[in-house]
Amino acid sequence: MFGKRKKKADDFAGNVGFCVAFKKGDIYTRLSALVWGLNNLRNRQIIKGILLLLLETAFIVFMVRFGAGAIGDMMTLGTVEQTEEYNEALGIYEYRAGDDSMLCLLYGVITIFVILAAVLLVGVSVRSAYLVQQRKEQGRHIPTFTEELRSLKHEKLHNLLLFLPVTGIVCFTIIPLVFMILIAFTSYDRNHQPPGNLFDWVGLSNFREIFSFGGKLAGTFWPVLGWTLTWAVLATVTTYILGIILALIINRRGTKWKPFWRFLFVMSIAVPQFVSLLTMRTIFNTNGPANIILRELGIIGATGAVPFFTDPTLAKVTIILINIWIGVPYTLLTMTGILQNIPEDLYEAARVDGANTSVMFFKITLPYMLFVTTPNLITQFTGNINNFNVIYLLSGGGPDSLNYYYAGKTDLLVTWLYKLTITNKDYNLGAVIGIFVFVILATLSLLTYRRTSSYKDEEAFQ
Amino acid sequence: MKRAGSMSVRKKVNNVLVHILLSVLGLIWVLPIFFAVLTSLRAEGGSSKSYIWPKGFTLDNYKNVLSGQGSLNFPRWFMNTLIVAVVSCLLSAFFVLCVSYVMSRLRFKMRKKFLNIALILGMFPGFMAMIAIYYIVKGLGFLEAGPMKLVALVIVYSGGAGLGFYIAKGFFDTIPRTIDEAAYIDGATKWDVFRKITVPLSKPIIVYTLLTAFMGPWVDYIFAKVILGNDRNYYTVAIGLWTMLEKEFIEYYYTQFFAGCIIISIPIAALFLFTQRFYVESVSGAVKG
Repeated sequence: MFGKRKKKADDFAGNVGFCVAFKKGDIYTRLSALVWGLNNLRNRQIIKGILLLLLETAFIVFMVRFGAGAIGDMMTLGTVEQTEEYNEALGIYEYRAGDDSMLCLLYGVITIFVILAAVLLVGVSVRSAYLVQQRKEQGRHIPTFTEELRSLKHEKLHNLLLFLPVTGIVCFTIIPLVFMILIAFTSYDRNHQPPGNLFDWVGLSNFREIFSFGGKLAGTFWPVLGWTLTWAVLATVTTYILGIILALIINRRGTKWKPFWRFLFVMSIAVPQFVSLLTMRTIFNTNGPANIILRELGIIGATGAVPFFTDPTLAKVTIILINIWIGVPYTLLTMTGILQNIPEDLYEAARVDGANTSVMFFKITLPYMLFVTTPNLITQFTGNINNFNVIYLLSGGGPDSLNYYYAGKTDLLVTWLYKLTITNKDYNLGAVIGIFVFVILATLSLLTYRRTSSYKDEEAFQ
Repeated sequence: MKRAGSMSVRKKVNNVLVHILLSVLGLIWVLPIFFAVLTSLRAEGGSSKSYIWPKGFTLDNYKNVLSGQGSLNFPRWFMNTLIVAVVSCLLSAFFVLCVSYVMSRLRFKMRKKFLNIALILGMFPGFMAMIAIYYIVKGLGFLEAGPMKLVALVIVYSGGAGLGFYIAKGFFDTIPRTIDEAAYIDGATKWDVFRKITVPLSKPIIVYTLLTAFMGPWVDYIFAKVILGNDRNYYTVAIGLWTMLEKEFIEYYYTQFFAGCIIISIPIAALFLFTQRFYVESVSGAVKG
């Protein structure tokens, strides 16, 4: 089935760190930090050497023509303000473009990442040079380019498989995040909008404004935080537990028409979430079907309406209940798969040993499910803290409160963040909230995740 | 013997209770969908009515929404979303599978660090990065021409997809390593194992990954809104339908909104039927240690 692969004790593993390589390397290896690929070129690894050299040239050209200036601009965030000048020839006022602080910051961040990539490549160059040097000293075969490429399929498969995903993550997650984090330290709010106005570095003053007790911002932040945490815990726990119970009920031996029941519940996932959310909003509206039914039944007056989304407390309850409707089928779906993926021989062995159903549940089913779903559970919790759709599409964060700074009673930190950035253009405040959300989540889930068995003992079920 | 008899009676009562419970729950889960279907067939337009059961039934809502006449062009939104969804689900699934396989099976120096970094990155609120992504994409010149906006959307949806590898990794972790090792002894490379053993064994999780990624563009509101702005021709279905509920359109488009919702739910529901069967049949049979 497979071509015979030559077994080699140490292939092109390259497990030497940069420091070791640099210390132990000869003069050419060390020079490879300056002239990338030098040692490869000397030892007939022409293609690899040229590739490295080309990358270095590209980097230098980039820095000279663009990078150096971009870093400088990032320090100042632009100095020339947009001005209005009278054009005598045309007899009108014209704008003369000034610096765009936003772009200054963005290009600065990108340049920093290019420099980081260059530093990585220095490491690659020196390490590869050292490897060649070692092999030469020991009189061993120096791998050709094709052989190195082939090693990507086995020893370095992780490099091959990770390259594209990681590039994507760096460009579209990490760089934007760094950018937004930096904005938290600037005065980029509604009064400082580029290109018309410049914004500047302001240090920690945004953080002080939000976290200090007292003041309208802080008076919004703490209650919103409280509701966010309550919501996340309730939403995660209710959907997880009810979902597992439902999955077990459907999967138990006596239940008939299993596929039918599964289909019934899973149907609500098939409907795109925003559709079901908007439908739910219509249903619980002042004149929506829920109120109509209550009127017909005579529970409320003919013109009365239960304030499902307009009373602060009731709105919260409604949202959590609707979230159960939305979330349980998802749990059901994942759980069904996992329940069926439990190796049958575990049960057979237990049965041979005389275990009954409940013992099998607590000793096999439950540990297995927790083992597999802990990451899932954490993702759900973080997902709920950041659950934009449910809140925004159902209540829109409302009912609004006059005591809050552009937030409503059911606003989560994220929906508030959205209102701050998109509606009010207070980007710096939004960025502070984002950083805060991140800090809570990072601490919480690193702590819990590191304790779970699926992190400590990844191979328990392999 | 008597004890066994009472056991079976209790079992029967249990079964009946379970089925009643399931029926009630099923009803709760189906009713809102039923309401949407009902409204989509309603002959009278307008948003708020004092009754639920329509006075007359018609298919005109479907015809109108599919004809794409008037200021809101639903068929066009549908195609936009379909293209974006297909491309970005293939890309994301590819990314996720690569990363999760590496994290589950391969051991290398940066592995633990990568796991922790990925976990941490996943915790930033998505649209904290959104505004920055918007500027990056704009800086790359993607937002000049309409079709490029869709390319930008694909990038936004699938660019960071590699971070969502946890569920797939959990699945790969349950595939016994002995299978891999047997293949290594036969001279297979890790690449061969990935391609010829792990991937075929992982159909359920591949389908799951594809499906979740495919759903993204259909349900996403916020990224699409920010990237596409006010260019209605390049809207995706989600923001398009949302537009129908805006004040200026709601009275005329309310019933068409539900018709549109039903129409886009059909392809996704069909996909789900398929996966349901897939889950039931394949997951249990994927690997038996």
